[in-house]
Amino acid sequence: MARSNKPLVWGPFAAGGTLTAFLTPVLILLTLLAGLGHVPEALTYEALRAIAGHWLGKLALVGVVFLSLWSAAHRLRITLYDIGVRADTAVATAVYSTAGLASIAAAAILFRL
Amino acid sequence: MAEKVSRKPFVREMTSEWIFRHPRYLRYMVREFSCLFIGAYTLLMVWGLKQLADGPQAWTGFLEALRSPASIVFHVLALGFALYHSVTWFNLTPKALPVQLGEEFVAGGVIAGAHYAAWALVSLAILLAAGAF
Repeated sequence: MARSNKPLVWGPFAAGGTLTAFLTPVLILLTLLAGLGHVPEALTYEALRAIAGHWLGKLALVGVVFLSLWSAAHRLRITLYDIGVRADTAVATAVYSTAGLASIAAAAILFRL
Repeated sequence: MAEKVSRKPFVREMTSEWIFRHPRYLRYMVREFSCLFIGAYTLLMVWGLKQLADGPQAWTGFLEALRSPASIVFHVLALGFALYHSVTWFNLTPKALPVQLGEEFVAGGVIAGAHYAAWALVSLAILLAAGAF
């Protein structure tokens, strides 16, 4: 990895790590409740559609998706190296492009809402 | 060329066996593997957004899929790993964000504690706003 890339990769990782620490447990709890048959008001079609239809909601959702995926991708890359996978360039390409493509997909989905 | 050089470079074998040498290493790996669950959950979110965009019927199908046993098991596991990520992340905040007041540094417990308090507030606010109660 070129040294000059490091802050660019690491910045979103730290931001995503903080964001997921604050948000992911409660988000999982919401969909878990829905799965247990107690659908929170915000996860009904009309309510969620209204949230995702607002530009602020779109921005928040894309931000959460991108930062969560990026930090997970970065951590996965480092972890794979730690457990002996030495093909770092291939791993980095795979994990970062998965995170990037899924974020673009989320943005495209929200754009047509 | 390279084959004719008589030296035999030592290539250190790298395996994942070290993880089990100490409980601390295992805890480190558990923390690192939380990324798989957080990543998978986020991909589930993206899929949910797609179902939402596809209309009420697709969204109902998504809610239906959330009720499957596999989904419940995944959610419980993901919640455990996500909580472990949060705890380890907030416990590191005194090292990552030391705060100096005058000559003294603010005690680590205060910085981590502030993060825990903010985490509890944010979680509660989201649960309330989402109408989970």
